[in-house]
Amino acid sequence: MADKVHLNEDMFQPAEGNFKEAEKIARPTVSYWSDVWRRFKENKLAMTGFILIILLVLMAIFGPYINGYTYYGQDFDKKNLSPNSEHWFGTDSSGRDLFTRAWYGARISLFIGLMAALIDFLIGVLYGGISAIRGGRTDNIMMRFAEVIYAIPYLLMVILMMVVLKPGILPIIIAMSITGWIPMARLVRGQVLQLKENEYIHAATISGANTSWTLRKHMIPNTMGPILVNLTLTVPTAIFAEATLSFLGLGVPAPQASWGTLTSDALGSILVGNFYQLLIPAILISLTMFAFNVAGDGLQDALDPKLRK
Amino acid sequence: MKWEVCPIKDIPHFSIANLNISCIHFRFQLLRKSMIGVITMLRYTLNRFKWAIITLWAVITLTFIIMHTIPGNPFAKEGAMPPAVYENLQVHYGLDKPLLTQYGNYLLEVVQFDFGPSLKSSSISVNDYILKGFPVSLHLGAQALVIAIFFGLILGVVASLKRNKWPDYLSMIIAIVGISVPNFILATILINYFAIKWNIFPVATWATWQHTILPSIALSMMPLAFIARLMRTSMLEVMGQDYILTAKAKGLKRSGVIIKHAIRNALLPIITVLGILTANIVTGSFIIERIFGIPGMGDMFVKGISNRDYPVILGSTIVYSAVLILLIFIVDIAYTLIDPRIKVTGEKK
Repeated sequence: MADKVHLNEDMFQPAEGNFKEAEKIARPTVSYWSDVWRRFKENKLAMTGFILIILLVLMAIFGPYINGYTYYGQDFDKKNLSPNSEHWFGTDSSGRDLFTRAWYGARISLFIGLMAALIDFLIGVLYGGISAIRGGRTDNIMMRFAEVIYAIPYLLMVILMMVVLKPGILPIIIAMSITGWIPMARLVRGQVLQLKENEYIHAATISGANTSWTLRKHMIPNTMGPILVNLTLTVPTAIFAEATLSFLGLGVPAPQASWGTLTSDALGSILVGNFYQLLIPAILISLTMFAFNVAGDGLQDALDPKLRK
Repeated sequence: MKWEVCPIKDIPHFSIANLNISCIHFRFQLLRKSMIGVITMLRYTLNRFKWAIITLWAVITLTFIIMHTIPGNPFAKEGAMPPAVYENLQVHYGLDKPLLTQYGNYLLEVVQFDFGPSLKSSSISVNDYILKGFPVSLHLGAQALVIAIFFGLILGVVASLKRNKWPDYLSMIIAIVGISVPNFILATILINYFAIKWNIFPVATWATWQHTILPSIALSMMPLAFIARLMRTSMLEVMGQDYILTAKAKGLKRSGVIIKHAIRNALLPIITVLGILTANIVTGSFIIERIFGIPGMGDMFVKGISNRDYPVILGSTIVYSAVLILLIFIVDIAYTLIDPRIKVTGEKK
C-alpha cells in the first residue's frame, strides 16, 4: 500500500495573475525576410561577399575623384610608372593614372552588370509570368521560342550582336539582354507553375481572392527568393561577358575604360615586365565575381527554410 | 508435365501447374513492357531530334538576319574602290540579289555543308578554314573537358569525403578561383609565370604537346570548379541516402560503398550539365585561342568578326551551334537511358 497523502485546504491557493499572459507572444514576430537576413549574417563567406560588394560600389562612386587625376588625362613624361605615392596603382602606357582608371572602370563594369541584371529581371519576370499564368498553347509556344534561342551560347550571341551594334555601353547592355532574360523567364515560369498548384493558392482562390491579390500576396513574395538569387548571379556573368567583349576589342571605346579594356590594354605590357598593369584590373574583376557569386550562394542558402537549424 | 524452373524470375514453384503459365505470363509481360519502353524511347528520341533540327534551323536563320543588318560592308575596308569593281564584287558574291534569294541559296548550301568562299581571301573557302581549324579546336576543347571532368570529379569526391577538413577547403579555394578568375586573366597569369618567368612551357602557338598544356589548363578551370562543386553537393546528398546505410550495414568495404554506390549515383547531375560546360569551353576557346595564337576555329571566328567576313562568322557560328545541339541531344538521350528514375512518357509536360 502506498503512503497516504494528506491534503488539507491551506495547501491550496488560488492561482494569481492572468491566464492570458501565458499565451501572450512576448517576442516580436520574426518575418520571413528578417529570418533570411539573420541566417545570411551567420554565413561568414556570404557576408564577406556582401561587404565587398558595398565597398566596390562605394569605390566605383567616389574612387575616380580621390587622387585628383582624370581617367583620360595623359602625361607622356610619366609612362609605365610602377605604383608610387603619386600614382597609387602606377600609370599605363599613355601615362594615365591607373588608380583613377581602375575605379572609373569599376563604375562602367558594375553599371553594365547591374543594368543587364535589371533588364533580364524585368523581361524575364514578365515573359515567364505571362507564360505560366496563360498556360496551355501560349505557354508551349513561348517556351519553345525561348528554348530555341537559348540553344545558342550566351557569349556567342552577345559577340554576334556586338558585331551588328556600334561599340558603347548601351549597345553592350542591349546585346546582353537579348538572350540574357531566358534563364530568368524559365525560372519564373517554373516557380509560378509550381505555386499555382499549391493548396494555399487554391484556398485563397476559393476564399474569393482575385488574380491581382494572389499575385501580390502569394505569388510575388514566394517567387522573390529564387529570383533574387538569380539576379545576384547574373551580375558576375554580365561583368564577365563585358570583360570578354572588351578583351576582343568589341567593348567600350577608347578613352573610356572598363575592367575588360584595362586588362586588354595591359596584355602587351606583361611582355615588357609591367605585370602590375594587368594584375590590378584582374584582381578587381576576380574580387567582384567572387563577391557576387559568394553572396548569391549565401542568399540561396539563407532563403531556404529547410536549411534552418 | 515437366518440372521447369522459370529462368527469368523465382516464381512460386510449389504448384507445378502454375509454374509454366506464370513463367510464360511473366515473360510476356516483360516483353510487352520492354517493347513499350523501346517504342516510347524511340518516339522520345525522334521528338528530341526534331527539335534539335528546328533549333539548328533557327540558329542559321538568326545568324543570317543578324549578319545582314550589319551597317558596315565587307569591302568597305579596301579603301577607295572603283564603283564598277565594287559592283562586280557584289555580283560575284551574290550580295546584289534580294535577301530572300540569298537566304534560300545559303540554306541550300549549308545543308550540303558548303559555307561558301571567305570574303577576305577569296582563294580560301570557309570550308577550308573550318576543316583546318576544327581539329585543333576539338583537340584543345576535348583536352580541357577531360582535365575538367577528371580533376573536378576527384576534387569533388575527396572534398565530400573529407568534409570540413583541408581537402574540402582546398577544393573550395580551387572552386572559388575557377569561378572568380576569368579565363583570359588566368591565361595571361599562366603565361607570365610558367612561360616568361620560369620558362617551363612555351609562350604561345600550337606545335608540340607542351604547347597544349597552358591553354588547356586556362580553358578547363571554370568547368573544373563547377564540376567539383556540383560533385561535392551531389556526393553529400547521396551519402545521406538510406541505400548507402544499407550497403554499409551489409558490411561492404568503405571503398566499395563509395565507388559502387555513392559515386555512380552522384554522377547523374554531372551528366546534365555537360552541355552547359561544353558551351563554356567553346566560348572560352575564342579568347584562349587568340591569346595563345592557336590556329583553331575560335581564332578564325574572332578574325572573321574584325574583318566583317560574313561567311566565316556564319559558318563558325553554325558549326559551333551544331556541335552543341548534337551534344545536348546525346546528353538528353543518355540521361534517360542511364537514370531509370526518369520515365519517358513521350510527351513533355
